[in-house]
Order: sequence, then structure tokens, then C-alpha cells
Amino acid sequence: MTDRVLDLAELRFAWKGGPVLLDIPALSLDRGERLFLRGPSGSGKSTLLGLVCGVLPPQAGRITVLGRDLATLSGAGRDALRAAEMGVVFQMFNLLPYLSVLANVTLPCRFSAERRRRAVAAGGSPEAEARRLLQRLGLHDPRLAEAPVRALSVGQQQRVAMARALIGDPALIVADEPTSALDSDARDAFLDLLLGEVGRSGASLLFVSHDLGLAGHFDRSADIRALNRAAAPATGLPAGMPVAGETP
Amino acid sequence: MTLLPLALRSLWNRRATALLTLLSVGLSVALLVGVESLRQGARASFERTITGTDLIVGARSGQLNLLLYAVFRVGDATNNITWPSYQAVAGRPDVAWTVPLSLGDSHRGFRVLGTTTDYFTHYRYGDGKSLTLAEGKPFADLFDAVIGAEVARTLGYTVGQEIVLSHGIGSVSFAEHSDRPFRVSGILAPTGTPVDRTVHVSLPAIEAIHVGWETGTRLSTSTSPSVDDLRHMELQPKQITAFLVGLKTRAAALRVQRAVNTYAEEPLLAIIPGVALSQLWSVLGVAEQALTAVAVFVVGVGLLGILISMLTSLNERRREMAVLRAIGARPWHVFALLVSESTLLALVGSTLGVTALHLGLLAGGSALEALAGLALLTPGPGLFDLAVIGGVTLAAALIGAVPAWRAYRVAVADGLSVQV
Repeated sequence: MTDRVLDLAELRFAWKGGPVLLDIPALSLDRGERLFLRGPSGSGKSTLLGLVCGVLPPQAGRITVLGRDLATLSGAGRDALRAAEMGVVFQMFNLLPYLSVLANVTLPCRFSAERRRRAVAAGGSPEAEARRLLQRLGLHDPRLAEAPVRALSVGQQQRVAMARALIGDPALIVADEPTSALDSDARDAFLDLLLGEVGRSGASLLFVSHDLGLAGHFDRSADIRALNRAAAPATGLPAGMPVAGETP
Repeated sequence: MTLLPLALRSLWNRRATALLTLLSVGLSVALLVGVESLRQGARASFERTITGTDLIVGARSGQLNLLLYAVFRVGDATNNITWPSYQAVAGRPDVAWTVPLSLGDSHRGFRVLGTTTDYFTHYRYGDGKSLTLAEGKPFADLFDAVIGAEVARTLGYTVGQEIVLSHGIGSVSFAEHSDRPFRVSGILAPTGTPVDRTVHVSLPAIEAIHVGWETGTRLSTSTSPSVDDLRHMELQPKQITAFLVGLKTRAAALRVQRAVNTYAEEPLLAIIPGVALSQLWSVLGVAEQALTAVAVFVVGVGLLGILISMLTSLNERRREMAVLRAIGARPWHVFALLVSESTLLALVGSTLGVTALHLGLLAGGSALEALAGLALLTPGPGLFDLAVIGGVTLAAALIGAVPAWRAYRVAVADGLSVQV
């Protein structure tokens, strides 16, 4: 059980008053495993990631992260678990514009003592560990760490976001279309770095993208539409859009 | 505390807006504290318009009426009091000194006060300050006049100026004592009291200019005596308007007051100036409260500025909230972040406002006192300033809860993905 980083069983989810959006009988991720999940927009992937990350409260079925059933945790408990054990990379706008690059990377250490402890163990201090990660991700210029986020290219910003997801060795990296804002060269470089770093830290990777061309880099790939037994929503709205603008 | 540095950085990132918000909070708080300081100063100055005088005695009327005409040169006495009555009170063993006051004439709208040179030694104001001459000397000759600072400034008079007094108190008078002009012998330093607006002459002078006016208007010039004749006349006043009383012990005030009020020969009224001044201030206090209310509303507007700037920034900050949530921030972290922003803005803004105001008062306070005679009581920051800073900060924390609650709900609803 401890080798299972993520385990979903009979997961069902519907927005308040809406049709069943997700109905996934099983999905799991072993420690160190890298899973490519193909999900075009409207497939419910944002909702799935919200559930896995513990931002959305589970309704039916079981989601276990590192052996802990999310349904038994409070909202604060799920937030704490996410802070300590998950690193998230979005498609874009990952960074807080008012913080320096370094402060953005060390941000998870502010919200999780566990992440901070592990970062200190690895690098001596969160800042030193952040500089080390930036260095490894090809952001060599030491002045870059103090630079405002606006000064960076999109490719550099995504790598800073990656460094932030990796700091303090979380067990699970969740990447939501992290390469779709990048050109093909930057995309390949980003993917190589991400897979390399995940391999080095031993974290599991849940990588969601619509771009099937990337699937070959991963241990395993799946299509969310094949996993999901729920019918596609009849509305033209992309799945995952809360109708009432509010969680149940 | 992990959120405070974040709130600071976030504000710094929006520093143009934040600065304007600080400015509006700071200015509104400075206005409130300024109004309060001036109010306290005005009240203190007012209540110490006349000090060191234990009783003011006049013909029996109302307490405020007597105070108004004897001290503020407003309105008229309904009756004068006779010289023997004055002497009866002045001769009491518990009375240390008396200063007679004779009113009824004016000079270009400024009241003329007939009195003795004792007035300049016994009249006290503020913290017991006595009147000082900015220029010249007290009156020595029969037709000498000592004018207040405002009289000199408004009319542009200097020592040696010849002036003509008018019978009665209108600013334009058709009955002028033009046959007996006065000479300005001295100009008093500003006091911020009605003394500044008064022309002082000697008691015999008042008698002198009215010789031949017994019918209430001037008799033909031929029958009235010449100025030189007047200097040799016995000018003993038969009646005066009021007089100031200083007692040997303050404890005697109530006893003497009762004795004067029950004086059998003539209906008299004695008032204790401090009591009467407080009573008058409480009448004027409505305006003062209105001023404070306006200042409080302005602070409310300043706080509203915080609310508006935060609410407008909220939509563009949804991404920021989603990033914070992804990193592990709880919804209440988002709530606390916004509340701490509004609190910080109010704390810094109101502190700046209070500081700027006190620096301003420090720099301009003495000028204000010289100009308006307004002595500000508290030159340094006091408990009131702390209360204002605390109150404004608390109010901002409560106001910040509005955008914070919206951000909280958005953070819960958005989760990791922003729906725009």
C-alpha cells in the first residue's frame, strides 16, 4: 500500500445539480511511476485534478493519496497534505508576480514545515535548495534568482514553476498542460528536465495533456475519456465548469 | 506568520494604487486628528478667555448675557450699576482687587472699554498670561487709548494715531465724539481673546466724552466744555457697566457671589467666569460636534477607498489565489491575506496621517497661536491619536473582510483552475 502514491476506486463526481461528470472505476499511480493522462479540454480533467489535489471535496468512491483516504480528511487536512506531498505545475501564470524568482520557488516551504525540513536537509536552507534546483533546470544566471518574475520568458517561468513543484521532494508531481504554452524546442527541453528531476527525486508524476505526441516519454499512458464511464456533458461548456460557481 | 510578508510584497507590487489609498487614509485621519486638536485648542482657549478673575459683577440679567457683554463685547447691558454699589462690593474685606468696566461706545465697529490701568495687570487669559504691550505705553493722558492687536491690524493703526470714538455700538455711527479725539498710546500683543478687538480708554475719558451728552445726544458745541476744561474737571463716574473681582481666597467666591446677588440696594448679578464660560461653550458645542462628525465621515470615505481598491483588484488576482491554493494555502489563508492587506494599509496610512499632522502642528503651531491665539493643548501624539489609529485599523480589518470573503469563496470555487 505504501508504494501506491495515488489510488482511485469507483470515483464519482457531479457538480451541484449537474449530471455525473466523472465516474472512474480505477486509476492508480505507483511510487516513481510516470503517467501520461490524455485529456482534451471538456473531458473533466480539471475536476479530476481538483479531486486528486484535495481542492475539491470527494463525493463518492475512494481517493487515496500516500495511503490516506481524502474523504476522511478535513478540508484543512487535504490542504496540508497537498502542501507537503504535492507539487503542481499549471499551463501558465504559475508564479506570483510580486515575488522574486527565488521567493516563488521557496513558497511551498512557507506553507509546509515538512517541505521546508526536507529542503533544508537537501540543500542547507530553502534558498540554497532553490538555487540548486534552478541551476539544475538550466537557469544558471545567479542574478535570475533575484529577478522579478515578469523579466522571464514563458519557458523560463515554466522551469521556475517546476523548481517550485520539486522543492522539498513531494511524493507526487501534478502537471496540468505544462508545455502547451511552449514552442516545440522548449517543450522537449522542459519535458526532459521534468522527467529527469522526477526520476532523480523518486516522485510520481501525473502529467495531463491533450498532446498525444508526448505520451512516448512516459512509463504509462491513459486516456481520461476511456477511464471515465460518465457520458460527456450535453452542454457546450467545458467539463469542470461549476454551474453555480460554487462547490457543493 | 507567513502571510504578512506576502501581503507586503503584494501591496508593493500594486504600489501606485496602494500609495493613493495610503494617501486618502492618511489625509482623512490627519483631518480628523487635526479637527480634534483644533477643537480641544479652541475649547481650551475659549474657556480660558478670562482667568484669574474670581467673579464678574453686573446689573442683574442672565449669566450668559453678563458674560457676553462683559467679556466678549457682544450685546448690551440692560442696565448699568451705580458707583456706590461698585464701591460697596470693592470695599468688602475678602475682595483683593476690582477693575471697573464701562461699555457703550465704539470705534469703527470695535467696542470701546473704559477701565483703569489695573485692567492690564489683573486681566489674565490662557495659563494666567497677562496682557503685554507690543508697542507704546498704557494710557496716561485723559485722551489716550490702548488698542487690541486686531484693531491695530484691521485698521492699520500705529502708536500716535488719532481716533474718534462713536456714541453707541454700530459700525457706522452718526453720533461721533469728533470734538474729543483720542490718541493711540499703546498696542497690545495678540491674545486670541476679545481683548484683541477692544479699544481701551480710561474711565474718566468715558465720562469726559459724554459731558454735554446727558440727554443722549450732543448739545450744541457752544455749551459743551473744551478739551482743556475737561482735563481739569472732576470726572468721577456715576455708573459703570460691570466690574471684575479678584478675591483674597478663591474659597470665598461662593460667599461673595451670594452676597452680591442678594445686595439689597440694587439688583446685581455675580458670575464665576469659568462656570459661565463652560456653559456658553456647551451652547456652541453643537457646531463643534458637527465638525467632528464631518471629519469622521471623511475617515469613512478614506476607508471606503481601501474597500474599492481591493474589490477592483480582486478579479485580476484570482490567478494568484489559485496559485496559492495549489501550493497548499487554505481558503482562510486567502482570507487572511486580504484582511492583512486592508489592515496594513489602514495602519500605515493612519500612522502617516497622525505623524504628518503632528509634525505640521510642531512646525506651524506657534504661528497658529500668534495668529489666532489658539494654543494647542497637546503638541505631541496622545491617547486620542492612538485610539484613532487603533479604531481606523480595526475598521479596515472589518472592511477588508468583505473582499476577503469574496476571495475566499472564489478560492473555494475556483480551486486550481480559474474560471474567468
